[in-house]
Amino acid sequence: MARLTKQQIGTVLAKQGILIAFAVFMVAFTLANPKFISVDNLFSVVRSSAILGVMALGVTFVVISGNLDLSVGSMMSFSTIVVLDLHDQIGPALAIPAMFAMTLCLGAFIGFLVGYLRLNSLIVTLGMLSAIHGLTLTYSGGQNMDIADKEGTWFSIFGQGSALSIPVPILIFVALAAFLGIVLAKTPFGRKVYAVGGNSTAATFSGIRRARTVFTCYLISAFCVATAGLIQASRSLGSQNTVGQGLELEVLAAVILGGASLLGGSGTIFKTVIGVLILGFIQNGLLLIGLQFYVQFVVTWVIIILAVWLDIAAKRGKLLSSIA
Amino acid sequence: MTDPVLHLDNIVKTFPGVRALDGVSFSVMPGEVHALMGENGAGKSTLMKVLGGIYQPDGGTIHVGKEQVTMAGPLEAKAKGIVFIHQELSLAEELSVAENIYLGELPRKSFGRVDWRKLTEQTNTILKKLNVGFDATTRVGDLSIANQQMVEIARALTVDAKAVIFDEPTASLTDAEKVVLFDVISDLQKEGVGIIYISHRMEEIFKITDRISILRDGQYQGTVNTSETSEEAVTQMMIGRKLDLSRMETHHELGDVALEVRGLSCGKLYQDISFEIRRGEVVGFYGLVGAGRTEIAETLFGLRDPSAGQILLDGEEVRITSPNDAIARGISLVPEDRKGQGLVLGMNCRDNMTLPQVQDLTSGPFVAEGAEVAIFDQYRDRLDIRTPGWKQLVGNLSGGNQQKIVIGKWLSMHPSVLIVDEPTRGIDVGSKSEIHKLLRELAAQGYAVMVISSEMPEVLHVADRIVAMYSGRIMRTFTSEEVTEDSLIQAISGLSGHEAA
Repeated sequence: MARLTKQQIGTVLAKQGILIAFAVFMVAFTLANPKFISVDNLFSVVRSSAILGVMALGVTFVVISGNLDLSVGSMMSFSTIVVLDLHDQIGPALAIPAMFAMTLCLGAFIGFLVGYLRLNSLIVTLGMLSAIHGLTLTYSGGQNMDIADKEGTWFSIFGQGSALSIPVPILIFVALAAFLGIVLAKTPFGRKVYAVGGNSTAATFSGIRRARTVFTCYLISAFCVATAGLIQASRSLGSQNTVGQGLELEVLAAVILGGASLLGGSGTIFKTVIGVLILGFIQNGLLLIGLQFYVQFVVTWVIIILAVWLDIAAKRGKLLSSIA
Repeated sequence: MTDPVLHLDNIVKTFPGVRALDGVSFSVMPGEVHALMGENGAGKSTLMKVLGGIYQPDGGTIHVGKEQVTMAGPLEAKAKGIVFIHQELSLAEELSVAENIYLGELPRKSFGRVDWRKLTEQTNTILKKLNVGFDATTRVGDLSIANQQMVEIARALTVDAKAVIFDEPTASLTDAEKVVLFDVISDLQKEGVGIIYISHRMEEIFKITDRISILRDGQYQGTVNTSETSEEAVTQMMIGRKLDLSRMETHHELGDVALEVRGLSCGKLYQDISFEIRRGEVVGFYGLVGAGRTEIAETLFGLRDPSAGQILLDGEEVRITSPNDAIARGISLVPEDRKGQGLVLGMNCRDNMTLPQVQDLTSGPFVAEGAEVAIFDQYRDRLDIRTPGWKQLVGNLSGGNQQKIVIGKWLSMHPSVLIVDEPTRGIDVGSKSEIHKLLRELAAQGYAVMVISSEMPEVLHVADRIVAMYSGRIMRTFTSEEVTEDSLIQAISGLSGHEAA
């Protein structure tokens, strides 16, 4: 009987582990620093999570379709640098669509390689991480990019503005999440994404065009990255070439934390939003209890490992594998 | 009377909400082949997992010889002489036969070096007993599936086996390979090993076993001597009712030719295939694995490009370029590999069933979920799919119900040509006959049905005409009146040269 009880505890831990861990963190942070739970702080966490969150929305599509996108970080740097540079050359009204078009081209290229040529997405996007970084540096000549007239441009509205006293980045994040959430949950395209990620052979045998579905997922991911780059550029009105560096792992961490399986076929936009918030609160909490900013890189890694482990544990119904 | 090599007494195993085994007892005598039968979900696998130490029973005892034992794990079961030959092989393809057989217990010399000479000698001794055509140094990946299975069996013989359990051993074997397997089993028998043989295939059971024990819904139904019983009686014990196994003679008017194939070839896979299927007709394609039947189906479904020949639908020549294209032209394919090709196991029943038409089932930009549920309900009732509801994940259903979901998925497309590839593979006998009945009904409703099957009783049972294939060619086409088992076997073995239209 003891064995059964142990197994049951394992199952509960595995299924709800993330939420339990999250609750423990929240309580611990609040005890350590009561400011953590203040409305101001909560609001600021959501605002600072918006960029990461917008990117995670797109990556959710890619992950559910059974692929990875590790290029989103350097792609976001690219978008930011390009839109800042074009801002002074052709004006913001033209710079924004031009930047979106260029970013979507990158997404289309990855989608072509992974979807139509069936190359391994890990290799393709890992390569693109490096290639796009090189592209960005070539474009900027390695220089930081700054808008000349920082006071007199309406471009700052996307990152710094607010409507109804809600910051615009949060509005964009919420609106995009709602829209993409509906696309994924309610449209035929969304259904196909799940089918392709769940079993691409069976999807093909059901007349679904796998390549086209995967291609579209990467386009969506690129669109989200461009939006994130827009917010980033607008918030700071100047940027280094490496602004998005390392974000790809945080984005992936948020998506997995939300419960999307790396094997594809499961996950939702809503869960990803939860994952983004968990990650944001934990990082913020670590700062508030006085740890160095750099600690969060290590913590992010711990969270990814924990999330992946619990995901697998939930599938096999116990925490440790019997055939390790 | 000798003592049994293995005796299970009153075994009980419960899972939350289910009594998977409810007082099951049976024993295996030395030198006996003892069949264990039951429908999917009857408790065979659970019983074998209890025996193998993977599950601990909640009640009852296990005796090996005279000694009462507790199986703490698979290794202990093996040490006690209980050996499993699993349906799915677990061999390292890149290693040699000898390395696979002694994996984890390679003979050693000083400094931990492997004693290759001893290893090869030991292995060859065992292989000699099995009378196989390969030796210890052959790479396992180079062997046929049947020979790989022999390696599994050889592995079993490295210990002093008292009882060997074969779980669906013939699932992927050709008829010739089966003969070799049965020889090995009879050799083991002569050495006094007790054998538990699990299979759905009646003709094998009646060919090689001495006694049959039957489980139904986790309960022991009894043990009968094979020589004193019949297929009907065993089936009745398994499913609790009678089963009609005679040929289905439903006569109905045949319609026009729905599908015609002329001189179709695809490289080396098959050559010069011509046949036609009329509305209301079931045409069976019978042959050995690898005869090219599945490849023809895949070509008709737009998954392969033919290298020559024509495909005509309702008399009009068509080129089918993709599954999407095939579906649009009214062709449906229930594929061979239910889990790999037919279903997205992590998706619910409804979504799986409507997957091919989800693009068209919309209201505005959204999927019309109400219409989807209506389709699911309709085919659940029509096909008698047993599931708690459409939200159930397909992966949680039994094999028979999964297959019905796939069939329902393609029927709901209202095809004019329905191709089913191995429709009852791995499905228990009760569901099997339901699916056979369904295929006949569909034909009666005017579908043109193409049934690919490797089971002779199945094609004899459902088909109006039988196309016999051998090595990528049609050897002969039989009508149901003229076909006999002998002529069919000759045709698929390449022994009958003449072709008939």
